[in-house]
Amino acid sequence: MAVHVQDYLRMHKMPHIWCPGCGTGIALGAVVRAIHHAGYSRDEVMVITGIGCSARTNAIIDFNTFQTTHGRALSFATGFKLARPEMKVVVITGDGDGAGIGGNHLIHTCRRNIDITTVLINNGIYGMTGGQYSPLTPPGSYATTAPYGTIEPSFDVCKLAEGAGATYVGRATAYHVALLERLITRALKHEGFSLVEAITQCPIGYGRRNKMRSAAEMLKWQKDHAVDVKAAAAMNPEQLAGKIIIGELVNKSAPEYTAQYKKIVEQAQKEGAI
Amino acid sequence: MTTMKRQVKLLQGNEACAMAAIAAGVRFFAGYPITPATEIAEIMAQELPKVGGTFIQMEDELASMAAVVGASIGGVKSLTATSGPGFTLKQENLGYAAMVQVPCVVVNVQRGGPSTGMPTLPAQMDVMQARWGTHGDHPIIVLCPSTVYEFYMLTIKAVNFSEMLRTPVIVLSDAVVGHLREKVVLPDVSEIELVERKKAAVPPEEYLPFKPDADDVPSYVPYGKGYRYHMTSNNYDEGGYPATNNHQVAETLLRRLHNKVEKRRAEITMTEEIMMDDAEVAVFAYGCTARSAQSAVEAARAQGLKAGLIKALTLWPFPREAVEKYGDQVKAVIVPEMNMGQLVGEVERALKDKQACARPLNRFDGKMITPEQIARAIKEVK
Repeated sequence: MAVHVQDYLRMHKMPHIWCPGCGTGIALGAVVRAIHHAGYSRDEVMVITGIGCSARTNAIIDFNTFQTTHGRALSFATGFKLARPEMKVVVITGDGDGAGIGGNHLIHTCRRNIDITTVLINNGIYGMTGGQYSPLTPPGSYATTAPYGTIEPSFDVCKLAEGAGATYVGRATAYHVALLERLITRALKHEGFSLVEAITQCPIGYGRRNKMRSAAEMLKWQKDHAVDVKAAAAMNPEQLAGKIIIGELVNKSAPEYTAQYKKIVEQAQKEGAI
Repeated sequence: MTTMKRQVKLLQGNEACAMAAIAAGVRFFAGYPITPATEIAEIMAQELPKVGGTFIQMEDELASMAAVVGASIGGVKSLTATSGPGFTLKQENLGYAAMVQVPCVVVNVQRGGPSTGMPTLPAQMDVMQARWGTHGDHPIIVLCPSTVYEFYMLTIKAVNFSEMLRTPVIVLSDAVVGHLREKVVLPDVSEIELVERKKAAVPPEEYLPFKPDADDVPSYVPYGKGYRYHMTSNNYDEGGYPATNNHQVAETLLRRLHNKVEKRRAEITMTEEIMMDDAEVAVFAYGCTARSAQSAVEAARAQGLKAGLIKALTLWPFPREAVEKYGDQVKAVIVPEMNMGQLVGEVERALKDKQACARPLNRFDGKMITPEQIARAIKEVK
């Protein structure tokens, strides 16, 4: 059954602030539909953001919401989740917010396997400030702070999450929005830390400096460069060069942090109060 | 009738702080190891689960402050403890708490600076950082203990003030008071007044999360109870939504943030005046330095010198009234501080147009200012 996304929007907070052609709204639509499909009520969901284009998602959706400082959404979320373990906590972040300034928090939130679902909207650029390169900007790209092209390699944030201990990791693009929605739905239902990277287009901040002036061109780039994880398994590194692997990348079970801490509380209380 | 159970204990300052936090209802602590504050985290790790609370050691100071604010947003009284270098890192989310009106307490057990400085030695170099460490014009309350007992009582006050005003409160201790062991008579639980943030009494459709009451403090509803609202650290309206270009909203908000503290100024600014009635020379002191100051004043009195002590338990808002009222009674106000002269500037401002002058007495080598140094300064006042 179709989900009416408008039912979950704070329509009185429209219009939103994103540029024409922006992919953030596509990712946000997938988040909202996934929450619906996962079966959570508006009241039991908390959506936390940081700073940047991705952070402007939660003011316009009708859940419990707050926006935090740059890069710290996962740390605020960790405190909130420990205070309110009964709530479903979702963090929406970006490539600058989540993988740059908040990179350390991402590593350690993965490691703790605390039940927080993170959607990292990767548009490959600092869009809010006008197009500076991020840690996930493809090398060789042009940006306002890389007028001669970036010389820094980017990194695979999904591999980082896996290495740090995230128990659910997936990746899709704005073009593959149905997959994105499915991955976020599964991530929400997963017990433990989950990360879904949503690769989106930023035609204004990234595309027009990198020979992809329109959203359609950037979406086509996503279509042409994405390889499903199952297909990728049969491909060699040369064939995979420059490709984006999409699909469910990690799905495993490990003790969840708040459940583990609950056991500590029970044990400490058994041993006696102060 | 129930009998009062006052407990006599030999306690370390940091231990008293942790016990007070739990007595005040703190049920969440996020921290990061740092000398000379680590004992507070260690005790909270041990004790919080026993009362159903939560301790977490975060990956860094930034995250620990963020987690504390996040837990408090969830409705749980939250506290963290650190020292100078960590306090610097906590400023980012301390500012968030001040702006978004999230109650929380930060304990700073001061050590010698600047930078990593002298980790195991005391100092009072964070007085101005406590006031102005985070960017922008923000309200802040800073309490400062000089004894283990005061560390206990002021930690409780800090939690209460933060809940009452929905604002962060700093307990500015130091390595001497933090590591000192003293005999303390702890109050019975029935003697401890506990304050909870006031709850809104309106239905969800009428609730505006930042609409203030007459005291300029907005009422709180925990998330997840059918009141789905938004909060942001951007300039926001009464509904909690960003209003980043609205000049009127910005001015109103900033005034309110300050007014809610100003309106309770008399209650918040705590001082102790010792032998000040007929004093001709005053010593204005705080923290561990107030201990030396009290000895010095007593020694001066024994020699027939009319000296008195104004001990500040609240540093910010600065208790200017306690200084002003002696401005024409005393000849001088000596301000001993373990820094290069920070709060003395406020004393000077309070003495503007008064007869008395402020006299700084500073030491910044990691050693306490001795009673003899202060006594000498008292004698030198002509």
